[in-house]
Amino acid sequence: MDRRTSRRDFLKTAGGVAAGLGLGSVITVVPARATPAEMQEAIRKVVGGARISPGKVKLDLPPLIENGNAVPLTVTVESPMTEAQHVRAVHVFTEKNPQPNVASFHLGPRAGRAKVATRIRLADSQNVIAICELSDGSFWSDSAGIVVTLAACLEDGI
Amino acid sequence: MAIAVSVAAGEIASSDRRSGYDFMSRETRAMQDDDTANPGMLWVLEGGTLWEKKTGAAGRACADCHGDPRASMKGVSARYPALDAGKGRPVGLEQRINVCRTDRQEAPPLAYESRELLALTALVARQSRGLPIDIAIDARMRPFFAAGRATFHRRQGQLNLACAQCHDDNWGRQLAGNVIPQAHPTGYPLYRLEWQGLGSLQRRLRNCLVGIRAEPYDYGAQELVDLELYLMWRARGMTMDAPAVRP
Amino acid sequence: MASALINVPPRAKRGEIIEIKTLISHTMETGFRRTQLGAVIPRDIIRRFVCTYNGTEVFSADLHPAIAANPFIVFSTIAIESGTLVFSWTGDNGFSVTESAAISVE
Repeated sequence: MDRRTSRRDFLKTAGGVAAGLGLGSVITVVPARATPAEMQEAIRKVVGGARISPGKVKLDLPPLIENGNAVPLTVTVESPMTEAQHVRAVHVFTEKNPQPNVASFHLGPRAGRAKVATRIRLADSQNVIAICELSDGSFWSDSAGIVVTLAACLEDGI
Repeated sequence: MAIAVSVAAGEIASSDRRSGYDFMSRETRAMQDDDTANPGMLWVLEGGTLWEKKTGAAGRACADCHGDPRASMKGVSARYPALDAGKGRPVGLEQRINVCRTDRQEAPPLAYESRELLALTALVARQSRGLPIDIAIDARMRPFFAAGRATFHRRQGQLNLACAQCHDDNWGRQLAGNVIPQAHPTGYPLYRLEWQGLGSLQRRLRNCLVGIRAEPYDYGAQELVDLELYLMWRARGMTMDAPAVRP
Repeated sequence: MASALINVPPRAKRGEIIEIKTLISHTMETGFRRTQLGAVIPRDIIRRFVCTYNGTEVFSADLHPAIAANPFIVFSTIAIESGTLVFSWTGDNGFSVTESAAISVE
């Protein structure tokens, strides 16, 4: 490793956007990141062997966020949300977090509207994927890329 | 009687002053604006519970003397750091709360950055939201104000940087992917995304000092109170927005 | 001391879709952080969130470490009748918090 590699470059390589957090002298050394293959495996575990088609679901993520610790995310699915035709679940995955699963939201006709929002953690600039499961057993997906910048003065063990 | 303190060359002109809020992304601003989404409000909620709790050897709650904080604490944090006549020096809000703890409630003081102290500070600061910072420097405060101003302008640390170099001279420019704000303490205690929690101005100042590779002053050090006094004066008239959200 | 902020409209029209916002204090320790001495800080997260409406589950979520600290979840439900919405969060180390909110539906 080039001895003149700056601390910031090292952290970026380690994927450690969360490095140096906390009052209790914490550092983050991110283990081998999930690969796109691991994400596909995680998706397969949830979806089974079903085919996933792009469409119907919309994933909203800001294109750039100042800090990967709290990224707002909204997933919306166009669906009448009736007993006969509704969204059963929405699953979210990431490509480069240490672990690909983010959350699974279980809806149903009582929801009225297929729209869920939350805040997630992203370890690096990457793609996020949302997959929805409809009552007819079909799966639909959308993905969004996001750039994650780093705070300028990281807190060190103090 | 306030003494006129002139704005030195290099300090931001009154009309150019902007809150850190203005430098944030739309999403982070939205997080602050919505009380049902702002994580800082969790601490305000907790502060409300602590406010009612009888504690210490005196078995008193804040509410016993101060009643409804929405009335009694309105405008208070906009005036801090304030002079403690007994001590002959300014104290920050955290220190003032601890004076009440030890003298009135006869309870041990709360540690800096402890959940309880942050909750109480957040509750009090919330009551100044929307109000202008109201700091005037009188003869007694003058030496502390001068010390704080000197600290702000003094080069420190291995990087040999003064606060003024980033926050007076280069605000609005980028430092490694983030915009440099003007460093006005309008929103403290605030929820910093980097901390994933609420923290005080002292914590933030210590972060900056570590960032320039200087030895950070201890929590509660007079240097930090003096610096806060100067920063609040520098931001006089700006609107308080605690508990803020910042990256 | 876990505190939760819940935003439910106190009143709604029958059949109206209402938006519910929930925010709960929790560090959501990922299990990927280490101390400066190298020891892993063990995972400690909220794993499940459930909302019931007069006893019937209307929404639930399975959460992983990628959910940000102090989890914020927004979802909707149809105001079918007056009653009580109960929110429960459960997770590692026996974490369990339940809150409720009343709704009046005309």
